Amino acid sequence: MSTLTEPPVERFRISMLLYDARYRSATIQVVAMLFFMLVAAWLVNNAIINLNTLGKPISFKFLSNPAGYDINQRLLEYSSRDINLRAALIGLLNTLVVAFLGCITATIIGVIVGVLRLSSNWLVARIMTVYVEMFRNVPVLLWIILAWAILSEALPKIKSFRGENATSSMSLFDTVAVTNRGIYIPEALFSRSLGNVHLLGDSGLRFDISIDLIAIVVVLALSIFAVRKVKARATAVQEATGERPTTWYIQLGILFVPMIALLVALGFHLGLPELKGFNFKGGTHLRNSLIALWLALSLYTAAFIAEIVRGGILAISTGQSEAAAALGLKPNRTMSLVILPQALRVIIPPMISNYLNLTKNSSLAIAVGYFDLTGTLGGVTLNQTGRELECVLLLMLVYLVISLLISAVMNWYNKRVELVER
Amino acid sequence: MSDLSFVRTEMLPEKAPPASEIGIVGWLRHNLFSGWVNSILTIISLAAIYGVLSVLIPYVFLSVWNAESLNECREIMNETWGSSHGHACWAVINERWLQLLFGFYPPEFYWRPILSLVLLVVALAPILYSDRVSSKLLIVTALYPFIMPWLMWGGSVWGTVSVAFGFVAGYLVLKYATEALGELFAMIAGAVVAIVWWLFIAGMFVGAMDAILPIALETVQSRKFGGFMLAILLGVVAIGCSLPIGIVLALGRQSHLPIVKWLCVCFIEFIRGVPLITLLFVASLLLNIFLPPGTNFDIILRVMIMVTLFASAYMAEVIRGGLAALPRGQYEGADSLGLDYWQSQRLIIMPQALKISIPGIVSTFIGVFKDTTLVSIIGLFDVIGLTHAIRADTAWNGIYWELFAFIALLFFIVCFSMSRYSMYLERKLRTDHK
Repeated sequence: MSTLTEPPVERFRISMLLYDARYRSATIQVVAMLFFMLVAAWLVNNAIINLNTLGKPISFKFLSNPAGYDINQRLLEYSSRDINLRAALIGLLNTLVVAFLGCITATIIGVIVGVLRLSSNWLVARIMTVYVEMFRNVPVLLWIILAWAILSEALPKIKSFRGENATSSMSLFDTVAVTNRGIYIPEALFSRSLGNVHLLGDSGLRFDISIDLIAIVVVLALSIFAVRKVKARATAVQEATGERPTTWYIQLGILFVPMIALLVALGFHLGLPELKGFNFKGGTHLRNSLIALWLALSLYTAAFIAEIVRGGILAISTGQSEAAAALGLKPNRTMSLVILPQALRVIIPPMISNYLNLTKNSSLAIAVGYFDLTGTLGGVTLNQTGRELECVLLLMLVYLVISLLISAVMNWYNKRVELVER
Repeated sequence: MSDLSFVRTEMLPEKAPPASEIGIVGWLRHNLFSGWVNSILTIISLAAIYGVLSVLIPYVFLSVWNAESLNECREIMNETWGSSHGHACWAVINERWLQLLFGFYPPEFYWRPILSLVLLVVALAPILYSDRVSSKLLIVTALYPFIMPWLMWGGSVWGTVSVAFGFVAGYLVLKYATEALGELFAMIAGAVVAIVWWLFIAGMFVGAMDAILPIALETVQSRKFGGFMLAILLGVVAIGCSLPIGIVLALGRQSHLPIVKWLCVCFIEFIRGVPLITLLFVASLLLNIFLPPGTNFDIILRVMIMVTLFASAYMAEVIRGGLAALPRGQYEGADSLGLDYWQSQRLIIMPQALKISIPGIVSTFIGVFKDTTLVSIIGLFDVIGLTHAIRADTAWNGIYWELFAFIALLFFIVCFSMSRYSMYLERKLRTDHK
């Protein structure tokens, strides 16, 4: 006969769901999930009822109907007989073009301004401060419209290029025409072109890639690869003998000779814009809408990037540059080997979000009539087909994918330059 | 001692530094002409400043303030200066500044937005300058969310009172039922009481009170709202609501509960991944589709909801940064004091995390305020939308720069003061050794 008492059996009581920390978290989560699902079901249910009453249940068939509108600034060939899906693709490419151009120029301007804000020259530092504050504190939409107004109101009319006593003339040795209808720049032409690769047949997503372009990219990649090899050998020789062989002329040769040979073989020449009748013919026409958007987005984002660069450089302690000086490094080597690699770690994460902001702000193109994704899929297509739900959902989805891709790429780069902590 | 020919017995008096090292000359040499690169930069900068000012000063100051139309402006310029270029026609601002500020709000009611703005300043003063302004004014802050919509939109005062009374009733139930029911059930009971009041009793209450004592302001339709007033209205609402929602989202994202965490992560990343303009499209085109058939509520309210959600997601990320920057010891210290989750958040974590994230919070505020201009794209008449309307008038057809300059100035003043205030706040709250 045992005198030991049984250990108290813990029986589950309903109240433990609330008062026992072990179960409470599960309760909260189940309640949250139920609440979320109820709300979502309610919204979806409402949407289905409303769409049925309106007589337009969700369908993406409109994407394969003819678009019926023209897009003036485009990378691929397109006509108003093409389908809505292709219009959206052209818009997407336009978004990517302006985002890509904008990110590059914004980075260049931003880095220059950020460094100059730290300049020991009082006047230069003040001017850069005025620039940064001016652009940061005024809405980007205003800058875009302002840039567009300046381009279309203040630049010379095409009329003024014509006639005996023309008041305007083309700039840069008669190769570039700056007019109030846009800027005409020379285009690259190949007289012995290799033709195009046609991808995706005849569908709305058909895509032509110039073989000339592929050849140029391949040759360039090979040259850069060879230059790296040469540099690596020079370093090896330097480590073995202590003397670095002079290789700059070999590097230049590797970079330029194959490229020039290829361009000559392809029959490369420039197609200059020419005034014919009432308009310029030939060359590439960059419309005001594209230039205004590009200019305004770059200048606006550059103001933010300048602040990031300045903060990044200030975050590196002066001890680092003093140590570099003590090692006998020259100022430019100090910058490239000591300051910049460390500053980059501070700079890159906020830089990613600025690139994302620029890409998202490019959707303001609709204000100046540039046909980006918002202008085509979320603008004309939406208004013509009346498919608000489908268009806006697709629009959001595409932007979401672009944002996630950009942040994935930049995060990968961030990982590479990150300090390896042990 | 005699072999030393000369020994100085007293110190020489200090000499003045060379003239080239002090005063204006010294400053110029150090700051502007310290080397040939700097000298070139200085000369280029001076040339650039001269270039800008030589255009800007005559443009701004040699200008026309009184005219009926752009053509009249140009005639006056031609008579006075012999050219219609390079001179501003501020007459358009002189004539339309009230419209740019208030949109199509009825002029006889301009006192209402102005009073709202004054009350806003009074309501913000005890928060922004807590060390100089009496905390008794906080009562205005608490009442402001109810007074402001009534002033702006008008209608019966009893509607506002009944909405406010719902909150008061809920709070009273929470306060007095906590002992009897426990915190959780008291909270639920409070919410139920408030909701029952709003849904079932408030309507009858408003009807009855209107019959007894009709106090009402004339209703102003939402489509009459516009101008800079609209930007301030949207900005204030989005800023005011996004901070609490952002804090909750940030806490949710840091939470140990996986489902709550993933709901917050998905929401934040979705909102941050799409441009604001698509959310505004949702507000103007789609929100009605997702609500029960027949609901049709105000476009400005819909825009407010979307802008608030947008701002909250960004705010959540800023605050999450502040939370992540806190050392673990703070969390552990709070736990070891025996504080529960909400107490430790309220007393230990949040005050520090918010202080760290002040610069980020204020720049989010500035960003949201600037982004309110996007509503012009979905057809609301904010300042930028109004410039199109003004240009559509034949008298002012073709006027750009004066309007843009005026708008830029308005935004610059507000945003620049916000960023300066954040610097002041950072200095005030800094507790480390300087």
